[in-house]
Amino acid sequence: MPKWITQVGCPYCGSSCDDLEVLVSDDGKKVLETRNACVIGNEIFHHASNPNRPTRPRMRQEDGTVKEITYDEAIDYTAKALLKAKKPLIYGFGSTNCEGMSAVGRVAEKAGAVLDNCASICHGPSFLAIFDNGYPSCTLGEVKNRADVVLFWGCNPMHAHPRHTSRYSIFPRGFFTTKGNMQRTIICVDPRETDTAKLADIHLMIDQGHDYELFDAFRTVLRGHDIPDVVAGIKKEQILEAAGKMKNGRFVMIFYGMGCCHTDGRNHNVDIAISTTRDLNSHTKASIMAMRGHYNIAGPGQVWSWQFGFPYCVDLSRGTHAHMNPGETSSIDLAMRDEVDCFVNVGTDAGAHFPIEAVRHLKKHPFITVDPNICMASEISDLHIPVRIVGVEEPGVVYRMDNVPIQFKKVVDGPDGVLSDEELFDRVYERMCELTETEPIWILNRGHAHGSSTAEQ
Amino acid sequence: MAEIIIKNGFVVDPARKINGDVMDIAIKDDKIVEKVGSGAKEIDARGKVVMTGGVDIHAHVAGPKVNVGRLMRPEDKLFKSPNAQAPYRIESGFSIPSTFKTGYDYARMGYAFVMEAAMPPLHSPHVHEEIHDTPIIDQGALPVFANNWFVLEYLKNREIENSAAYTAWLLAATKGYGVKLVNPGGTAAWAWGLNCLTLNDPVPFFDITPAEIISGLMQTNEYLGLPHSIHIHQNSLGTPGNYEITLDSFRLAEGVKANNKFSRDSVMHSTHVQFHSYGGDSWRNFESKAKEVMDYINGQKNITVDLGCVTLDETTTMTADGPFEHHLNQLNHLKWANTDVELETAAGVVPYVYDKDIKVCGIQWAIGLELGLYAKDPMRTFITTDHPNAGPFIRYPRIIKWLMSKKAREETLESMKYTDKVIDATNIHSLDTERTLYEIAQMTRAGPAKALGLSHIFGSLAPGMEANVVVYDLNFNDMPDDPEQIERAFLRSSNFIKSGDIVVKDGDIVSHGNKRTFWVNARVKENPQVIRDIHEKFLKEYTVGLGNYSVWDCLAPNPYVIDIDVEA
Repeated sequence: MPKWITQVGCPYCGSSCDDLEVLVSDDGKKVLETRNACVIGNEIFHHASNPNRPTRPRMRQEDGTVKEITYDEAIDYTAKALLKAKKPLIYGFGSTNCEGMSAVGRVAEKAGAVLDNCASICHGPSFLAIFDNGYPSCTLGEVKNRADVVLFWGCNPMHAHPRHTSRYSIFPRGFFTTKGNMQRTIICVDPRETDTAKLADIHLMIDQGHDYELFDAFRTVLRGHDIPDVVAGIKKEQILEAAGKMKNGRFVMIFYGMGCCHTDGRNHNVDIAISTTRDLNSHTKASIMAMRGHYNIAGPGQVWSWQFGFPYCVDLSRGTHAHMNPGETSSIDLAMRDEVDCFVNVGTDAGAHFPIEAVRHLKKHPFITVDPNICMASEISDLHIPVRIVGVEEPGVVYRMDNVPIQFKKVVDGPDGVLSDEELFDRVYERMCELTETEPIWILNRGHAHGSSTAEQ
Repeated sequence: MAEIIIKNGFVVDPARKINGDVMDIAIKDDKIVEKVGSGAKEIDARGKVVMTGGVDIHAHVAGPKVNVGRLMRPEDKLFKSPNAQAPYRIESGFSIPSTFKTGYDYARMGYAFVMEAAMPPLHSPHVHEEIHDTPIIDQGALPVFANNWFVLEYLKNREIENSAAYTAWLLAATKGYGVKLVNPGGTAAWAWGLNCLTLNDPVPFFDITPAEIISGLMQTNEYLGLPHSIHIHQNSLGTPGNYEITLDSFRLAEGVKANNKFSRDSVMHSTHVQFHSYGGDSWRNFESKAKEVMDYINGQKNITVDLGCVTLDETTTMTADGPFEHHLNQLNHLKWANTDVELETAAGVVPYVYDKDIKVCGIQWAIGLELGLYAKDPMRTFITTDHPNAGPFIRYPRIIKWLMSKKAREETLESMKYTDKVIDATNIHSLDTERTLYEIAQMTRAGPAKALGLSHIFGSLAPGMEANVVVYDLNFNDMPDDPEQIERAFLRSSNFIKSGDIVVKDGDIVSHGNKRTFWVNARVKENPQVIRDIHEKFLKEYTVGLGNYSVWDCLAPNPYVIDIDVEA
């Protein structure tokens, strides 16, 4: 009998929904059907059963074709490439579990690598603002149970986080919000009329790139001063109305996305967004949250903060210290300056996301992709190592956009012989130790350390 | 692991009333034994002090708010991280060190057990991931209860049995050790931007007072017979004049008897009392009430305290007392992080500079030490800094130095800009007490082990105890004139053996040992109402599924579980 598995986590967007139900075939190897998932989440579960999926490492040959090799050979190649390189870059981690990130931390330390994650090209400006101004935030349940004024700034969850509005931010009925969306005032700041903007009570169609000015206007009004008749293309009356709603709300929530942190001003936009939140706390209760993209992109920020003290752009090449200086130690900047002499792309697609100039430089040296799927990066790689899909074939801890850890289970077995990220990188580490004739340093006696592979269901 | 013998050291072991006798300590595997064979590895401790491993009852070393502090403070790393000690892991940070540095530094100081002081239940997998990545030391974590909706509702209706059933369930779900209270009711109020500043301020919506929460959880704790008493951070922390509220909450313990099988006598552990012993009504006339607070503690045998000493460093404050961090941020205007956690708690993080040239900081420094000097029972008074709130834990040796040496205290006092004003507002200048090594061992080892209900394995060098043995380079009979040498000796032990593994030699890490996670599994009679309430709240109000809430066993892969059968 096929079996329904409930409370399954979804390895797609930063909403990290954990209420999916998945119908699994008799033999526990195939996903037949899903419930509660959005269209994209549903696709990820079915994708695992795709017969064309690679199940062995594929090495590029001199004539440009690829040939399947064993995991041992792939691990040996990766270990040697990392040890040989002076400044390897290990980048990605949008779509893997924290166990994998932790294992990579050990490899990167041994290799003297730079560790970076997708925040580098995504919410990096948010980190810069947090370094300067802090982060007054909350968990998504607080939004569901309390928020009566919700502001979406430069983000479009109706498309990017399909179930965000129904699970957390607009529609759900919570403890103090028993009337759901009837009780919430939705404000959307976006130069486009997005599907989220269409849901809003107030849509401020801001002039593109003028976010800072509009935040400034809100702060000015909240502090009781006058503003010009038009700011950032928005009429004063509209600004006063929106500010009034916020000031009189019982719990104000600000969600912001790339439209805020990647338009002109970047980290300064986020900085003043945080200051606006701080100001609002003099009048009422207010919180702010970055709309993180992937289901565990908050994960590397957490894991590397506790291991190295920095969330991204972690340069371990000195051997004695972790060092972070975005602009100097950030992936794109390193690649554009041609400083990287070995590139490992893990659980993301740098081939699709990086500027072509950066990719050209990276391609001069060993280029390795670790990812369950074929992607642009895997197709230009010297070596593509497939791994099990986290959340489908591999359990593990992931951090939702509000930094709440969620323990994702697996629903089916992975293809025979395919390793998890954690197993792969632990074996790369062991191979590096063999090659350098050093003792591996584990936190616990071996046998204890392999957490995720023995996670109970 | 095998046999080890630590020879000819001056043994200081208050649990057995041994004070500086020259003795050998024998170890077989992970236990202390009477004697070992001639093939045992010898460690020469001649002319040095030998103690059992330290026990830290309260430090914020793992979890979401600690990590927010790390994440938002790159400046805490720049020029402040030591070089990595090859072949071990990179060490980062000063006031909020990385997990690796946390484990290494505690081990270098000879600490064997550290209690993470506040675990938000929803974030417990995160806490355990960090504990997992903290090498060497044994750890436990205290989930926060005093602003949890379940607890508030049960206690409002005076349903101690239900409160106990929920508490037992949550301890098992989060792999927690005991019952932590942070600003009872006040943090729940903070979800609406409010606070409870006295014991009788009603909590918005829940219609219960902080006093009722404290008493209710104290009863719950003793109903279950947990190894540790309730562990409380009182209301109105860090406010001038708050000592009266502190005394009011102490009085709630009067007449309450400890019920447990772990030889614990206390029913309330009041943490970082330094922050709660303030007089005056503004920062202008701010003064020490350490004597008033400690006089009460001295007479009230069922309360234990830890000091929370200010160490005069630039540090990072972090607490589940969300409204306090907001208040602090209004004072210093530095960056402010806050995380409200659905149905359970909140937390805030603000960097803070305790500048010795600021009068208030000087007075805070004095209050912490006065409490340590006025205490009549060192078995109930423990050395902490509320790490990292009043200072980082690597300053424990400095506090020991100040407590052991009037000369050291006077030097610090005289180096302040407002020495006279600090002297006027405190009693530190007139206190001549100097703590002995015996008392220090009580305040850092035997005492906290007993308060945590762990005196059967920690806090002593008696045969049968866990083989945690530390050697400090101090001559018991000829203590150094220069107090700096005391600090140096306690900062980097000569040898530290943790559970039978030699982990530190001459202040350097030589092994990762094999750390454990301590948690308490209290079995109570099945309680259908509580189970129904849990299911309902997860269905309606939580945003995480009940099935994904309990911490996986693999996150605490080397557990030490204390089982309690409440029915028996």
